[in-house]
Amino acid sequence: MADTAALAGHDDHAHGTSHTRTYVQIGVILAVLTALEVFAYEASHNPGTYGALSGLIAPVFVPLLLVLSVAKFALVGLYYMHLKDDSNLLSWVFIFSLVIALVVVLGLMVLTGYLYNHGMPPLVR
Amino acid sequence: MSAVAIHEVEHDEPVTGIHHRKLAIWTFIGSECLFFASLISVYLVYKGKSLTGPFPKDIFEIPLVTAGTAILLFSSFFVVLALDALRRNDQTKAKIWLGLTVLCGIFFAGMQVYEFQHFVHKGLTMQGNLFGASFYTLTGFHGTHVALGTLWLGTIFIQMLRGEMSPKNAINLETAALYWHFVDVVWIVIFPVVYLMN
Amino acid sequence: MATSVIGQTDIAAPAHAASKTGLWSWLTTVDHKRIGILYGASAFIFFLWGGIEALLIRIQLARPENNFLTPDQYNQLFTMHGTTMIFLAVMPLSAMYFNFFVPLQIGARDVVFPRLNAFSFWVFLLGGLFLNSSFLMGAAPNGGWFGYANLSSRQYSPGLNMDFWVLGLQILGIASLAAGVNFFVTILNMRAPGMKLMRMPMFTWATFITQLLVLLSFPVITVALFMLTFDRFVGTSFFSVAGGGDPMLWQHLFWVFGHPEVYILILPSFGIVSEILPVFSRKPLFGYAAMVFATAFIAFLGFGVWSHHMFSTGMGPLADSFFSLATMLIAIPTGVKIFNWIGTMAGGSLQFKTPMLFAIGFVAMFIFGGLSGVMHSSPPADLQQTDSYFVVAHFHYVLFGGSIFALTAGAYYWWPKMFGKMLNETLGKVHFWLMLLSFNITFFPMHLVGLNGQPRRTYWYPKGLGFDLLNLIETIGSLALAVSILVFGVNIIKTWLEDQPEPPADPWGGATLEWTIPSPPDEWNFAKVPQVIARDDVWEKKRLEGAAWTPEGRTDGKGIHLPNPSYWPLVCAIGLTLTFVGLMLSRGPVGPWGIVAGMSLTVLSIFKWAFEPAH
Repeated sequence: MADTAALAGHDDHAHGTSHTRTYVQIGVILAVLTALEVFAYEASHNPGTYGALSGLIAPVFVPLLLVLSVAKFALVGLYYMHLKDDSNLLSWVFIFSLVIALVVVLGLMVLTGYLYNHGMPPLVR
Repeated sequence: MSAVAIHEVEHDEPVTGIHHRKLAIWTFIGSECLFFASLISVYLVYKGKSLTGPFPKDIFEIPLVTAGTAILLFSSFFVVLALDALRRNDQTKAKIWLGLTVLCGIFFAGMQVYEFQHFVHKGLTMQGNLFGASFYTLTGFHGTHVALGTLWLGTIFIQMLRGEMSPKNAINLETAALYWHFVDVVWIVIFPVVYLMN
Repeated sequence: MATSVIGQTDIAAPAHAASKTGLWSWLTTVDHKRIGILYGASAFIFFLWGGIEALLIRIQLARPENNFLTPDQYNQLFTMHGTTMIFLAVMPLSAMYFNFFVPLQIGARDVVFPRLNAFSFWVFLLGGLFLNSSFLMGAAPNGGWFGYANLSSRQYSPGLNMDFWVLGLQILGIASLAAGVNFFVTILNMRAPGMKLMRMPMFTWATFITQLLVLLSFPVITVALFMLTFDRFVGTSFFSVAGGGDPMLWQHLFWVFGHPEVYILILPSFGIVSEILPVFSRKPLFGYAAMVFATAFIAFLGFGVWSHHMFSTGMGPLADSFFSLATMLIAIPTGVKIFNWIGTMAGGSLQFKTPMLFAIGFVAMFIFGGLSGVMHSSPPADLQQTDSYFVVAHFHYVLFGGSIFALTAGAYYWWPKMFGKMLNETLGKVHFWLMLLSFNITFFPMHLVGLNGQPRRTYWYPKGLGFDLLNLIETIGSLALAVSILVFGVNIIKTWLEDQPEPPADPWGGATLEWTIPSPPDEWNFAKVPQVIARDDVWEKKRLEGAAWTPEGRTDGKGIHLPNPSYWPLVCAIGLTLTFVGLMLSRGPVGPWGIVAGMSLTVLSIFKWAFEPAH
């Protein structure tokens, strides 16, 4: 039946607890990554308080945030949304949509000159 | 009649092995990726282009939104535990985890409403500048998705309380949970892109 | 003896004394075949209406300095002609075939979500009526089918016209997205045993890829329409320069949707032609795998060419070059398909029945349209062509000479299966030749006047520019085109009224599963679930069994369980439309109540629908 097919990857009846452990572990990692995001924000925006650390983080702030959010995205997708255990078709549906979504975001950013003026407020420059 | 050998097959079996509703919600999620990508694009395109204030740095309160982010992440954690429990027919645990999920959803939606009111009070309106328009549109649509997801999960919670949920129809919770995770995942993108990168 | 197909939720299903005839049975139907017919009938009427809009345009342009129409009337007519033909004619005519034939071609009893299917139809119909109700107020949309900003703003379009447009399209988008999910899952999950993906008929492949395009492109226009709605109703400045907004952003968002949309319009037609040419050439499709991959490639690339609609907006040489190259690239898989169609016919035993005539006509006309399209792909050339009648010629060759010809071919081909009658072959041939001739008389001269400078979307041209004679010829052609459609109408009515013996299951010698069941099919489609052994399964079985092969006869369907009819899809569609009507009127006192009532009805009907037994 369809339901057992969906459950097949989980083996829940035998190993119910082990899944909870995984979920908790992922949850902790997500919390840590979020804390890192906020910390990076605080550090790069408060050079007075963080001194040298701020100077280290600020130039890589945006890429760092992107990496952290991609990591969180992947963890929720793979483990909480069960993409890791499920049919590859679902991953392909998701990935293909994300690729087109990325094309749209990047295309619009490039074509409207976002990348040329770095999104800085015109008044500040 | 065709002479080719025929054996009856249970035609309800989904060919891909993925339950119809599960495949459907993933397909819908794929579509929603483009919806939120467009909204995020508009926000990014108009970043820094507002002719007047208030500007993000005048408005955003990181502690509040961090709390909201944490609540949403917790809610994903809770719902996956709820699904796990339901599949093991642990009705008590399932009710607890799902109830917590719904609570998180209500809290997040509440936080958004509070945030919006607060920002309006500070002078950020849809009509006032591009930042207001694009911010409220993006986070407003996200918030609407949270509200609808909360309603959906809440309905299943009530069914659970009435003893109508079992491993046999766990697919309904799984479908709603996938939608809910997606809503969380969108926020995982919005939180840094909108709030932290300014 | 067919074993029953029982879902898990049918135990409590009340014994509906569901009647099979009468208005109520149509309002509550969830049968894909009936829904297909509903789409087709509605779409055909919208097509005729869109045609009348075109004739009025042509009458105005028949002579220079004409005053048959005022500028405002003209603007409404060309806007609605485009909007109607794209969203209310070509798309739902394609949907008629998706609905009727995809489940049959994959060997299924229905789509995976029958009530959602009905919902898509009712939302489409109500959306189309909503959009056209604007005429009753003398305020039909008048900003072009693409609604460019900032003409579409409240400031420059203060009336209700563009409100109807922005809200009407939003309603239609909901219908398309729902159908997108439905058919995507159906094609993946409901295929009969042995129906591997690479054995599916080309029409089913085309449908599958089209739905993927719908799913990924419609959300973009949904966002754009919301932004325009907020600009018009709430006072935001998304597209208002005074508020810092960028009208160009509308163009980008619109065409990110708009270009995939034109592939949504043509791919189903590619599929239909790929069905008909092999059958009437008595030869399998040339290069099936290449056709599948070419279609997929076109769809994927289709997301990367949108700014070729914007070559005259000053994007700069880098952007121009990128989109120019991508557009030229997309001509390659398209060319592959054309060569494969020709390759299918070459060496075949050609049967020049009406479906085949229209299919061949499609190939020829689409070549013309494709060539003018490729001419647009060069930015410097396009600077001359854009916004002129040259473009009008291009897209009518691909959309009329292409889509309409193919959809008509499909009608003559599939009519016996849908309605249990054969359309008259002689009238069909008259229809074809008259349509082919008059179509070219109408649209070919547009290439010439376009290159000579006649602009699009202008209600009036002065004497002495050299446009007069050709415009008159175009108008005469359009009237002849109308006559050819009248011939089709006569054929339909004559066929409907006359008594015919029920046609065979397989009047044309088809290769696909829909030809193995009676014409029209029983409600349950297949008495026994088909077991597929090859691509072009029916031909393969005929080859293996020879004279012993026969199609299925009619059965009593005992033991086969079908989904119950339901009125919740219709009620939900009404609730949704009511919400939008409320939005339309939201500047007044009644509007907000309409929104509340509409949303309440929508939410209520969703709950009722969710908890109603499906089987």
